[in-house]
Amino acid sequence: MSETPERPVPSPDPRAPGAVADQAGSTATSPAAPAAASGATIELENLTKRYPGSAEPAVDSVSMEIKAGETVIFVGPSGCGKSTTLKMINRLIEPTGGRIRIDGEDVTDIDPVKLRRKVGYAIQSSGLFPHMTVAQNIALVPRMVGWGKARVKERVEEMLELVGLDPGEFHGRYPRQLSGGQQQRVGVARALAADPPVLLMDEPFGAVDPITRDHLQDELIRLQHELHKTIVFVTHDFDEAIKLGDRIAVLRERSHIAQFDTPEAILTNPADDFVSGFVGAGAALKRLNLTRVRDVEMADVPTVTIDDPLQDIFTKLRASGTNELLLLDKRGRPYKWLRRGDLMRAKGSLARAGTLVHDTVTRDATLRDALEAVLTDNAGRVAVTGRRGEYTGVVDMETLMNSVHEMLEADRLDALEHQHELEEQRARLTRKEQEGDGGGEAKA
Amino acid sequence: MNFWDYLGTRHQQLLTDAYQHASAVFQCMVVATVIGVLIGVATYRSEWAGNLATTVTSTVLTIPSLAMIGLLIPVVGLGVAPTVTALTLYGLLPIVRNAIVGLRGVDPALVDAAKGIGMSRLHRLARVELPLAWPPILTGIRVSTQMLMGIAAIAAYASGPGLGNEIFRGIASLGSKNALNQVLAGTLGIVVLALLFDAAYVLIGRLTIPRGIRV
Repeated sequence: MSETPERPVPSPDPRAPGAVADQAGSTATSPAAPAAASGATIELENLTKRYPGSAEPAVDSVSMEIKAGETVIFVGPSGCGKSTTLKMINRLIEPTGGRIRIDGEDVTDIDPVKLRRKVGYAIQSSGLFPHMTVAQNIALVPRMVGWGKARVKERVEEMLELVGLDPGEFHGRYPRQLSGGQQQRVGVARALAADPPVLLMDEPFGAVDPITRDHLQDELIRLQHELHKTIVFVTHDFDEAIKLGDRIAVLRERSHIAQFDTPEAILTNPADDFVSGFVGAGAALKRLNLTRVRDVEMADVPTVTIDDPLQDIFTKLRASGTNELLLLDKRGRPYKWLRRGDLMRAKGSLARAGTLVHDTVTRDATLRDALEAVLTDNAGRVAVTGRRGEYTGVVDMETLMNSVHEMLEADRLDALEHQHELEEQRARLTRKEQEGDGGGEAKA
Repeated sequence: MNFWDYLGTRHQQLLTDAYQHASAVFQCMVVATVIGVLIGVATYRSEWAGNLATTVTSTVLTIPSLAMIGLLIPVVGLGVAPTVTALTLYGLLPIVRNAIVGLRGVDPALVDAAKGIGMSRLHRLARVELPLAWPPILTGIRVSTQMLMGIAAIAAYASGPGLGNEIFRGIASLGSKNALNQVLAGTLGIVVLALLFDAAYVLIGRLTIPRGIRV
């Protein structure tokens, strides 16, 4: 639940009043509905880091505005200063120039310890303290900001649930008793424990295997869906960037921003050769990663449940124009595909009829996952399930094709418009320059 | 009089000596630990300060203990004072060195994480760095204690307390009936004490090193 109310973090959160009411009403927490103290804006203004003894600054005058509740990814080759830029936001690295504003408040000169307590921080290979249990690790920040014992305890359980770990099982474990993926989840739970509006993540999934990484990314998307934090995430993996980011900042050396835009725009309209080099081949395929099944139109097949009388099933089969029915189990989850002939052949026994559903995709799956599933399914269609595995629809080749075409068309239009805007902007700038240098100088 | 008879008749005296010996070592260890860890904490972050601390303490260790006590007598007098001073000085080295090594050995990523989640310098030291450096520090304390057990025997030279008196008395009266018994009783007493202390340290390690970093 929202933590800000009792111990006010000095960030004026516009959503706080609502959260207060919520907090007052409920002491028992239901982890499913965290009334999040959600994101804050971050503004970087000419942020610069110059190390003594080197001529070139490591980070050269970065300016950007990050909206509240947005996930922004810094992506770029190693050594481009993306990590340094991130660490300047919570001042683990002190900037040598420029300002940082979080939620409008200038935090460039406040006590860094105070600043860091309202900015969550998760790093590669989790950074969990090996001598503390999972619960102690998560409880660190809430304790430091002075929450009561009962509240901290409750929060720890809640956070574990939130990142998908069973509190009873993991509570008392030490980090070394966890797998890499589990450690990383705890790392994220610790970063979010005191409900900071901002979360900084420094290549958090860099050290786990690809399969686990994929899971963790999905989890993060789900989390962000619930919490709406402002997340700044550093990675060198462009695919990770498109999967997770609302906007992506492609950085080149000294943290110069090559392009800062939505993943769609970067894929369809890379600003220059550097960016397109970074995007790499297969932009259309990558585009599939950007859209989730829930965002496209799904087909529907008639369904029956396992408890329906056979007669009803026959009627439904006959009445529907299609060849197939989807048989759902007691909890509404896809169970078997039934074709017209199946029931006849099985002599009316549901237990023997039809083919089991092998593969389903969730509504949160990307179109790429869906395409994969459709391609491997021998009938070319796959059932889509909701959060608890219940049936919500079907995708097949046709629906996928349609949505992809629509998507690409829309992207093209967006890109055109964007280009148009840029051109106009440029034109305005040139006009200004031509109109006279005096104004420009006064500004500088 | 054989050795067992000797123990039987003198056990009162021997127990007192043993108690004083153990007590002197224990108290000096407490002081040495506190000072040693403080020196470690104060110096580990700077290359030269850390090295200086290690060098100075190891130089102290090269001074023969008899000479050290002899040198201390004119400064602090006879009795308990030179004993405590000498023992504390000797006890410092392993603790200082292990504290520095232990604190420097803490994974920088963890220190970074601690900073990143908003722990103050003091908090970091108390909750993260010292607990993680504790196993090597405890090893240092253990080594120190073993060493001090032996060195404490020399303290009798400056009329200090402990089992050393027994040994010195024996050496002084070599040739007499009980000389050998005295030396033997003093020496064995020290060995037994050292073993008891070591057992205690194993127990302390069990109790104070969190399961997450126990090897």
